[in-house]
Amino acid sequence: MITMEHVCKSYRIAKRNAGFREACKALFHREYEVIHALNDVSFTIGDGEMVGYIGPNGAGKSSTIKILSGILTPDSGTVLVDGRVPCKDRIRHVREIGVVFGQRSQLWWDVPVIDSFELLKDIYSIPDHQYRQSLEELTELLSLAELLRSPARQLSLGQRMRCEIAASLLHQPRILFLDEPTIGLDAVSKLAVRDFILRQNQTHGTTVILTTHDMQDIESLTRRILLIGRGQILMDGTLDDIRTGSGSIDEAIADLYRSYQI
Amino acid sequence: MKTICRTAKLYLHYVSINVRCMMEYKTSFLLTAIGQFLVSFNVFLGIFFMFQRFSTVEGFTYSEVLLCFSIILLEFALAEMVARGFDTFSGMVRSGDFDRILVRPQSEIVQVLGSRFELTRIGRMIQAVVMFVYGILKSGITWDFRKICTVVFMLAGGTTVFSALFLIYAALCFFTLDGLEFMNVFTDGAREFGKYPIGIYGRKILLFTTFVIPYALIQYYPLLYILGKRSSALYMFLPLAACWFLIPAVLLWKFGVRHYRSSGS
Repeated sequence: MITMEHVCKSYRIAKRNAGFREACKALFHREYEVIHALNDVSFTIGDGEMVGYIGPNGAGKSSTIKILSGILTPDSGTVLVDGRVPCKDRIRHVREIGVVFGQRSQLWWDVPVIDSFELLKDIYSIPDHQYRQSLEELTELLSLAELLRSPARQLSLGQRMRCEIAASLLHQPRILFLDEPTIGLDAVSKLAVRDFILRQNQTHGTTVILTTHDMQDIESLTRRILLIGRGQILMDGTLDDIRTGSGSIDEAIADLYRSYQI
Repeated sequence: MKTICRTAKLYLHYVSINVRCMMEYKTSFLLTAIGQFLVSFNVFLGIFFMFQRFSTVEGFTYSEVLLCFSIILLEFALAEMVARGFDTFSGMVRSGDFDRILVRPQSEIVQVLGSRFELTRIGRMIQAVVMFVYGILKSGITWDFRKICTVVFMLAGGTTVFSALFLIYAALCFFTLDGLEFMNVFTDGAREFGKYPIGIYGRKILLFTTFVIPYALIQYYPLLYILGKRSSALYMFLPLAACWFLIPAVLLWKFGVRHYRSSGS
């Protein structure tokens, strides 16, 4: 059970015009702009739910994920995940969650993937039998058998993403955060990843929170959608609420963004 | 106790994976290690040639200075090998890779330490060990149990103080987002200073290194005890007292972690 109530988070961002002279000026006097990444965000997500978290770039999706996973401390408001406050109770909290950052790797670049997995086993103190069982299952479902013995730097993006997802699930977390898991993947890899996420949710009851710009991800995975724009939750509903007429889902979303002026 | 064992095991696992990574690039590894060896050897030549001209510095003979230098060098090499992960920490903060560390159920310090284990420093390490043995043999000191203990304390305390300095260096990155080169005055600079017993630099420096950065506690005072210039047992335990320095370093680090603002998407 995840609840966020009236959560705000703002950043101070330094601004300056282009050019070397401006850079020198900025050394002495800097202009800041306060960005309200999250502005009074509240929602509740139940156990075993699969939620699509969408919104344009810079809307506050990643900030939400970072607050829920305990990386960032909110300025105000309360966050509870299974009764824990993520940023206060970090170590106990992160045992129960898995996080995939689509744009960042957690695998060691120069050693075979299986070496990275073994290290994760120690980091999460996963018991031997549980580790073997998870690894077997993940290897089968994500077809990793061929990949585990190659160094991460030699894998294709799609292969690496499958390994990344496996790495985040070795400790069998109850909640999985996926931050753009299908970014840059080819059609086959996308389907494989989607298929896997769906099965993970159905067989293990893992709560999944997914941010993405790919509406097909949303279409094939989630029933509930949270739309965030300019730091506020604008809509909490289902895909059918969004779909209007016969247009494609991408057009419907673009219309939606336009109607909220985000 | 069990958690300490487990942490140690995890750290060794990190070390082993680092070594495996480095072995992928073996030419780079060999050349860096040799380079490190030669750099510290240079420093030794500096001392050697100076004593060809002067026989003592402020009442310390060549063999005494050599002992002092070799101990400091070994402490520094140990600290560097363990804690140099903090040196590249600014990159980790800027790129946002620190996020990954925060979503894992282990202490941040262990993970940062493990993220980069500088095996290439093994060159400096070998140099340090050679110098250490040479310094001990040359010192002409009649060793007894207490003096041996003092040297062990010096190594433990010194490694701690240098590691704490590296930790402070890293913690500052949370606020500046970039490494601060001036911190090297205290780390590399301290090593250079430490070639000679601190006492020769005068009273002000001695006070500073006694009470602010407890550098004299791990070098000057125990050295006096080993050389038989002081006999109070207090001097023997001062290097252990220097470990207090780790406390403000860890506090600053914890404060920095709370201050952390991730970057990028």
